[in-house]
Amino acid sequence: MLRLEAISAGYGKAQVLRDFSLDVAQGEIVCLLGRNGAGKTTVMKAAMGLLPLMGGRVLLDGAEISRRPAHEVPRAGLGYIPQGRRLFTGLSVAQNLEIGLRARRSGRDTLEEVLELFPRLRERMDQPAQTLSGGEQQMLATARALCLRPKALLLDEPTEGLQPSMIDAIRQVIVTLREAGVAILLVEQRVDAVLSVADRVAFLENGRGGAVMEASQLRADRSIVDRYIGV
Amino acid sequence: MEIGPYILLASLEGAVTAAVLALTAVGLSLVFGVMRVVNIAHGEFFMLGAVIAWYVAHWMGGHPALGFVAALVVAPLLVGAIAVAADMTILKRLDYDPERTIVATIGLLYIIQQLTLMSYGPEARPVEAPFNQRIALPWIERGESGWQFYYPWGLSTTSYKLAVIGAAGAVLCGVWALMTRTRIGLVMRATQADREMALAFGIPVEKVYALVFGLGAGLAALAAVLIVPIQQAHYLMGADPLLLSFIVVIIGGLGSLPGTVLAAVLIGLSDGIISVFFSPTLAKILATLLVGLVLVFRPQGLFGTRAA
Repeated sequence: MLRLEAISAGYGKAQVLRDFSLDVAQGEIVCLLGRNGAGKTTVMKAAMGLLPLMGGRVLLDGAEISRRPAHEVPRAGLGYIPQGRRLFTGLSVAQNLEIGLRARRSGRDTLEEVLELFPRLRERMDQPAQTLSGGEQQMLATARALCLRPKALLLDEPTEGLQPSMIDAIRQVIVTLREAGVAILLVEQRVDAVLSVADRVAFLENGRGGAVMEASQLRADRSIVDRYIGV
Repeated sequence: MEIGPYILLASLEGAVTAAVLALTAVGLSLVFGVMRVVNIAHGEFFMLGAVIAWYVAHWMGGHPALGFVAALVVAPLLVGAIAVAADMTILKRLDYDPERTIVATIGLLYIIQQLTLMSYGPEARPVEAPFNQRIALPWIERGESGWQFYYPWGLSTTSYKLAVIGAAGAVLCGVWALMTRTRIGLVMRATQADREMALAFGIPVEKVYALVFGLGAGLAALAAVLIVPIQQAHYLMGADPLLLSFIVVIIGGLGSLPGTVLAAVLIGLSDGIISVFFSPTLAKILATLLVGLVLVFRPQGLFGTRAA
């Protein structure tokens, strides 16, 4: 569904990613693991078209989205839940969701479905986004991306700084999305959290792609993980 | 005449300044808030509005109201279009880099100013007000027979000045409604909050930027059309509105529309009152001092929020 073909990207002249390739199938959760600064967030920004590609291409459902201007990438069906949530501050919860809905002209039924997943947000619709608690903000960031009805979803550290009950709730939603056939690319620091939901794990080292393996393999042998990201 | 009527007179003059200043400063504030561009050429867009108003009124001829109404429509649209063109040909190519856009808009300032000097000339030219009745204002005083109304000599304003205040208020309400009640306003505020996320949610940020830059310049031009029957159009008239707009935007809080309007009223009124009782120079000194104090003690402005 989502295919990164030998993408290279960076900031200004500093190249971070070198010829990185990855496939995420429909209804699959692929987790990207790597040390700090390995280029995990860069992968996501490059896929979204927020960083210019120095090489390679990005395909979504067969369409080459990397040739389109950045604002048309989400319209093709690629949702992004960035690190640090990055809600539209000053806008209410309802308005944040409306921005998501408008991107692909999703209707009220989409909003209802999304609120079904996050009933907590329904009580907070008129509240400014920045006044929500951390967990609620993460719910809103997730809900905002789901308003796109994405074919593929990029999640950057969705459980960072959340209490365990929230982490569970977010994980539940991710699993629900997989069942609905969404292709999910997940960046996560906490290896335990990853292994319990991921289907496959891809390693990223200094901007280059490393091994890609089944999560079950890693669950059986944790030493592989330590070799890649251990201290 | 006692002190009371003087203060009323000074406040009325100040309110006209405040009204025009609020429009100009809101334009500057919008551009800075949404685009993070410090537009040094903002005063020249103001000047262009006044100059175009003169051309339009001159060409139309006939009743002054006809030319004025035409200028009220044509000048903001034309100046807005020029600003959109400047955005797409200059600012966009600089990638809206904060430092480089400052230098670029300084260049734009001189280009517009000198082109106006070459074509329009160095003269100050008036535009006739569409209507201009003198309105004497009453004052109450305690006389021998208790409180009574009378008309102090010199206490008057014109219907046009009151209309300027009303028109500016109406346009500001319009801008506020645009930002808070419409879809395009929602999109602008989302872009202001986080440009990258706006892109990631399908907002065509470049188009929003061009629109905002045009809207900001259009507001300055509109303010100039309103003031030109009182002040005359001159190729150097953009400097004062630019300085005062910056003062207002800094005091009000960068990017905060209510703060900008309130600061414009504060600066405009105090400018009017201090100019009448002391001197215009003292008014500017105090306003600049106030900016200094705000920057020291409340850098985000009176109504601004600290950038996260």
